[in-house]
This record gives sequence, structure tokens and C-alpha cells, in this order.
Amino acid sequence: MTMKPHQSGLTRRGLLQGATAMTAAGLILPASMTAARAEPKKGGILRVGIGHGSTTDGMDPGLWDNLYAQVFAAARHNQLIEVDANSQLTPEIAESWESADGQTWVFKIREGVSFHSGKPVTVEDVIASLNHHRGEATTSAIKPLMAPVTDIKADGQNVVVTLDAPNADFAYIMSDYHLAIMPAVDGKIDVQSTDGCGGYVVDSYEPGVQATLSRNPNYWKSDRAHFDGLELLPILDSAARLNALMTGSVDVIDQVDPATIDMLAARGGNRILSIPGTAHYTFPMDSRAAPYNDNNVRLALKYAIDRQELVDKILAGHGQVSNDNPIGPANRYFNPDMEAKTYDPDKAKFYLKEAGLDSLDVTLTAADAAFSGAVDAAVLFSETARAANINITVDRAPNDGYWDNVWMKQPFCASYWGGRAVEDHMFTTAYATGGAWNDTFWENERFMELLVGARSVVDEDKRREMYHEMQHLVSFEGAAIIPMYNNYVMAVADAVATPEKISTNWNLDGFRCTERWWFA
Amino acid sequence: MGHVWKMVGQRLALGVLTLFIVSVVIFGATELLPGDLARELLGQSATPETLAALRAQLGLDQPAPVRYWNWLSAFLQGDFGVSMANRRPISDLISARLGNTIFLALYAAALAVPISLTLGILAALWRNSIFDRAANVGALSAISFPEFFVAYILVLWLAQTGLFPSMVRINPTTEFGDKLYMAFLPALTLTLVVTAHMMRMTRAAIINLLASPYIEMARLKGLSPMRIILRHAVPNALAPIINVVALNLAYLITGVVVVEVVFVYPGLGQLMVDAVSNRDIAVVQAVALIFAAAYVLLNLLADVLSTLSNPRLLHRR
Repeated sequence: MTMKPHQSGLTRRGLLQGATAMTAAGLILPASMTAARAEPKKGGILRVGIGHGSTTDGMDPGLWDNLYAQVFAAARHNQLIEVDANSQLTPEIAESWESADGQTWVFKIREGVSFHSGKPVTVEDVIASLNHHRGEATTSAIKPLMAPVTDIKADGQNVVVTLDAPNADFAYIMSDYHLAIMPAVDGKIDVQSTDGCGGYVVDSYEPGVQATLSRNPNYWKSDRAHFDGLELLPILDSAARLNALMTGSVDVIDQVDPATIDMLAARGGNRILSIPGTAHYTFPMDSRAAPYNDNNVRLALKYAIDRQELVDKILAGHGQVSNDNPIGPANRYFNPDMEAKTYDPDKAKFYLKEAGLDSLDVTLTAADAAFSGAVDAAVLFSETARAANINITVDRAPNDGYWDNVWMKQPFCASYWGGRAVEDHMFTTAYATGGAWNDTFWENERFMELLVGARSVVDEDKRREMYHEMQHLVSFEGAAIIPMYNNYVMAVADAVATPEKISTNWNLDGFRCTERWWFA
Repeated sequence: MGHVWKMVGQRLALGVLTLFIVSVVIFGATELLPGDLARELLGQSATPETLAALRAQLGLDQPAPVRYWNWLSAFLQGDFGVSMANRRPISDLISARLGNTIFLALYAAALAVPISLTLGILAALWRNSIFDRAANVGALSAISFPEFFVAYILVLWLAQTGLFPSMVRINPTTEFGDKLYMAFLPALTLTLVVTAHMMRMTRAAIINLLASPYIEMARLKGLSPMRIILRHAVPNALAPIINVVALNLAYLITGVVVVEVVFVYPGLGQLMVDAVSNRDIAVVQAVALIFAAAYVLLNLLADVLSTLSNPRLLHRR
């Protein structure tokens, strides 16, 4: 039931592809209509029904791990840097930032911003908020992302961050949702506090039941946070979520069950938002274990899966085929030129023969905890693989404890990634040699050479070329089958107006629907 | 009357022992589950270092018997402790939800008990008639469908037409009348689920008595069938009826998580499920003890009431 934390899928250059895809999904109004679109206006109480959230949700920003915690946090907090709907980095609490060498980063902290309590946001608050996620004793989920940071210090109104090696993409990390700026007391943030500098002030919060918020009258962004108030409701059951929207109990729901999308759309009074992001579903194989240690076996499996069928049946068309590529079309350096792996049993048989095998028997462990429809996807995979003399036994595991007992323990299983802010994050997190979450245990010398090299390359074309080669390596030599990118599917009541572009970076408009949307 | 008080005392002492055993079993069962709170909180993004740090912070690095003892000694001093997952006092977490759960249980019971007793008595009175068969078939059908199915059907008929809300959004400040209105669909769902059991037990207990010689006597005296049942049969049938009502009340308190989920009702069931799936042992223990205590107390109440309703037990020689 919990969504596992991942980095986002924003892009600087991927806007064009993202926009094309959204138009294809019928989400962007023609330019002539958008010109007539009304300006945002203030007022109303937005009620959001979210498919996550539990009584055990805590306030510690290092442990925010589900969509409810993320949307709730985005309503009350700001970060140093925001990712806007066009997937560009936008100043938030950091007014500007710069780095001469990619190793020392200077963030200029905005003046005149205050917390809900009235206390001004200071450099010390920022440093304490960042330090909460690093150091020996931290329990933060993003400790590995902050590990390269060797020093954070104040310099007047600036915060100076020093890294152990140059990283041209470091500013992206500062947009991570865990890095909320919170008030510091004696150099530490109070993780139990709901005080923030975001657009809404928390009136009440009962974990797993509801949170109510009202607009922050002193919010420094004048063109944001249009609602008078918010009610954030965890509604875990997808049918209950649908009912709540249809009976007018809520205005927005997320994670619409693909099977019900058409019925909901036909009913009227609401509209579906289907946003292609960088999130993707995977079947990782343990590249150290036989038979997956032979790349021919891995290729055979990759050609034995019918990707289009999975998109059509598991996602009801709300997604795109992936070519075993963790970098999505919404990413900056997406490689569109790789040879597509269509379902081809003959080719799969060919690779089996190359591996010296006539047939292959493997077990694929799956549970819907990995992604909604994972067990069905595994069964479909086993059906299509049979034509290539590959017998896949689908082992259904319980949802409970899936990440503990199956993922990275079983040699072949189902999983998912939320996509990553930048290519480097995605690769470092899940494909780098020795990475804590390298769920395929894949090791590739050339890949590592490119990965480390690209971090300090400034020339755009050169970087693109390097990232394209890395994607090719992961796709054709890697050990993860990545059949599809899944869309974020939400439904809103007709009264809710959304900007013409909805962020491809995370669900519910980058968690910021409460700040960016309004009542028409 | 003295022996009734003695029985209450004995049963309460046994109840405390039961609760202690329950707490040991629940603790052990939670230990058997794979993973722990730290692992669940960090999820897929856990690394060995952050896991170790979080375990140390939560005290999960200590051996299980030590953790159990720490919990028990605090509990015996009246301290429920704090939820390990979000550091909120467990008494805060539970109090509002316990109130909601009891409200829903009583609401459902207030609907279900009169309906099932009336139906049961009438079915006994007109046994083997069309009414008897219809009541049986109706009640058995309602209990045969899974709760969530009954709930969805009611949502389809009564919520989507706008008569009643499909989501129950109550908080401590909600007016009583609004509460009754908003909680109607979950209460009706539960009523449909528990009616069959109570109704059929009432019917069977009464029919069982109708074969007795003293009822035969009453009939020969020319009493009306209704009077025979109400005046002569029901008082003697009370013991089994009270027991089945108590059992169903306990079920209404402890077993309604599915209904809570469908109607987004903030009760104890959802708290228990969240706590188990996150391995938040302190919360699991607290809720489990409340559930166990509900069973112990309701069963005791049922026994006391059936003793009081039976003069032979009340005035033992």
C-alpha cells in the first residue's frame, strides 16, 4: 500500500517530447482555446482524495514515503528549488544558485520569507533542514543522495555546499521533496512540527483520517495557492475513491484504476488527467545468478515479452512502451534511436541457442505491491514467452513484506521505479556497480566509465552522447526488463481548473496541485 | 446474588490473564512477520546504514524479550507509550477512533438487535409460513454476500442517488444527528451482516421451547400464540439469545475493517491494519488488547445477564 520513494522525472530539454505525448493523450487544449482560458482566481476549499496515507504516517521529512505525505508536505513547505510544470528548475527559497566548478555550490537564500509562525526563514534554518538528511546518525531515505556533500556552511545570505567531486546536476537534488525547509532550533529542525513556509497553514491533522489547511495569508508567492483551504483525505480503496469523486465528496482523486477510466469519463461531471511521467515498471534479474549471468539469456527474455500488450492490458493504454530503458521520453537525454525490441519469439529462440539452450525454465516472483497489475503482467509474460520455449513459472508473493523478502532477494521479480530527476540519479541509484539499490547487481566497466565521466562534462552534445551510450548499454546488456512507462492517472471534478501544462515530474502536478490549481 | 459477584470477580481475574496471554501471542506473532518497522518506514529506499540508524533510534536493536518487557512495564503503569512510527501518544491515536468504533457498533446494534429479535419471534410464531421462509432466505442471503459487496450495492443504490453520503467524515465535533446520517450506510451494511445469526438463534431457541410440556399446558389453557411466545417462551429462551447478541456485538467492534475501508470510516480496524503492516508493535498491542477486552467483557456481561434471567441459576440451593 505504500508507494516507495524515488526521485522525480523532470527534464530541462524533455519538454518537447513530454508536450507531444500529452497532446497525444488529449490533455492539452489547442492553443486557440488556452488563450481564452480564465486566469486563476482565489477561493473555495479543495478536497483531495489520495490513494495513500496511513495512521502510522509521521512528520519526519526523511521518512515521507507515500503520496499523501508528499502532497501534504508540498502544501505546507517550500524547498530551495522547485521544479515547474515545464520541468525547469525554478527558484523557491533559493533566490539563485551558481557553481563555478560543479563542486562548490552557492545558494542565495531569499529574504523576506517567513514561516507560518512568523519567524523569518534564515540561512541557519536552511542548513539545519539539509543537515537533517546527512551524517552518521541520519535516518533519512535520501542519505545516499546527500552522501557526496562534504560540507554545508553559511556565507552571509548564502548557503555554500561543497561536494566530494564535481556534479553538474547537483542543483536538481535540492528540488527533492524530502528537502523541505523547516525552522531550526539550536541547529536542528523539529521533525514533529508542521510549521513551514509554504502556501497553506495546517489547521488540523489526524494521520490516516484527514488534514485541513487554510491559505497562508503571508505567502511570498502572490500567484500561487489559490484555494481558501484544503482538505486532504486518504481514501485507500480505489472504488471508494471513485465513489467519493462521483458523489461530489471530493474534487480530485489520484491513481484511478485503469479498468474504470472509461466508465468514469463517460459519466460526465469530471475529467481524466493522464500524464506521462518517467515512472516505469521493471522485472529485474540478478545478473550474478545463473542463468541470468548470460546476456544471451537476458536478451532472450527481453524479446519474449509483448510490451504493447502489457501497455494495452495492464495500463489500459495509459502508458508507453519502454525499450528496457530507465530513462523516459520526458527526460533530457532520452535516447530515441535505439532499435525497438518488439515481441519476437524467433529472435528469443536465437538468443537461447546462442546461450547453448533449447529451452529455459525460470521462476518470476511477483506481487501487486511491486505495481498494480504486476501478477497479471507476469502471467501475460509467461504466456508470450512460451512460444519461445521459455517456461516462466509465476510465483505469487504476498504484498506484505515484498520489498523485504522478494525484491533484491529473488533472482527474477517485479518492481517499479518512480523515475529520477536526472539521468545520473537514475543510473547511480539502480545501475551503478555497488549501488545500494542496484537491483540487478549489474556490473559494467564501460558503463561506469561513462557514468562517472559524464558528471563533470559541461558540453551538452558530449553529455548527450555519453548518456545515449549508457542507455544503450543498459538496454542491450543490462539485466532489467523494463516493458513500460506508466502514466499518472488522476480525475478531477469539472469545477477544478488546471494550468495548461501539468508537471510530468511526480503525481498530482508534481505534488503541487494544491498550489497550482484553482476553482474555475 | 453473592455467587454472581463471585463469578464476576473470578471472570475478571481470568480476563486479565487472558489479556496477558493475548499480549504475548500478539507480540510473538508480530515478531514472526518478516521485516520490522524500520524496514517498512524506509521501504525500497532502505540502505543498511539508515536501517541501522533508524533501528537504534527506535530501540529495535534490542532483543525481543527486552522490548516486550519494556512495553509491559510501561503498560502496567498506565502508559500506552507512543507510536513508534510517528511518535504520537497511542492514547491520542486510539481515543477518537475507539469512540467512532463504539459509535458504529452501537448504531448497528441499535438497528440489528430489534430487527432480528422481532423477525426471529415472528418467524417462530409463524414457522414454516411464507413469512418465515422469506425472512430466513433474506437474512441468509445478506450474510452470504461478502461485506464489501453488500457495501458496494448499498453505495450504488443509496449513495450514488444522493440519499446518503458514501464517505463518513466524522470528527469529535460532529453533531449527533449528522453522525447518524453520515454513518447510516456502514451501520446498515453491518446490520445486514449480523441480522441472520441473531434472528435464526432467536427462532431456534423459541421453537425448541415450544415443544416443552409447560408450553403445551399454556396452549391447552387456550392462550393466544403471541402471548405464549412473549410471556412463556421468550423468558426461557433469553440465555442463548443474549449470548449470540453479545458475540455479534463483539464482532461489530473488532471485525469491521472492510466496512471501514469502503466507507472511509475512521475506526480502530484501519488503525490495526496500518499498524500491523508497518510493524508498529506498540499500536498493535494496544488495539489487540482493546479487542480482546471487548470480547472478555461482552462474554462476561452475557453470562451475568443469562444468569440473572434464569431463576434456577440465580437462586441456587
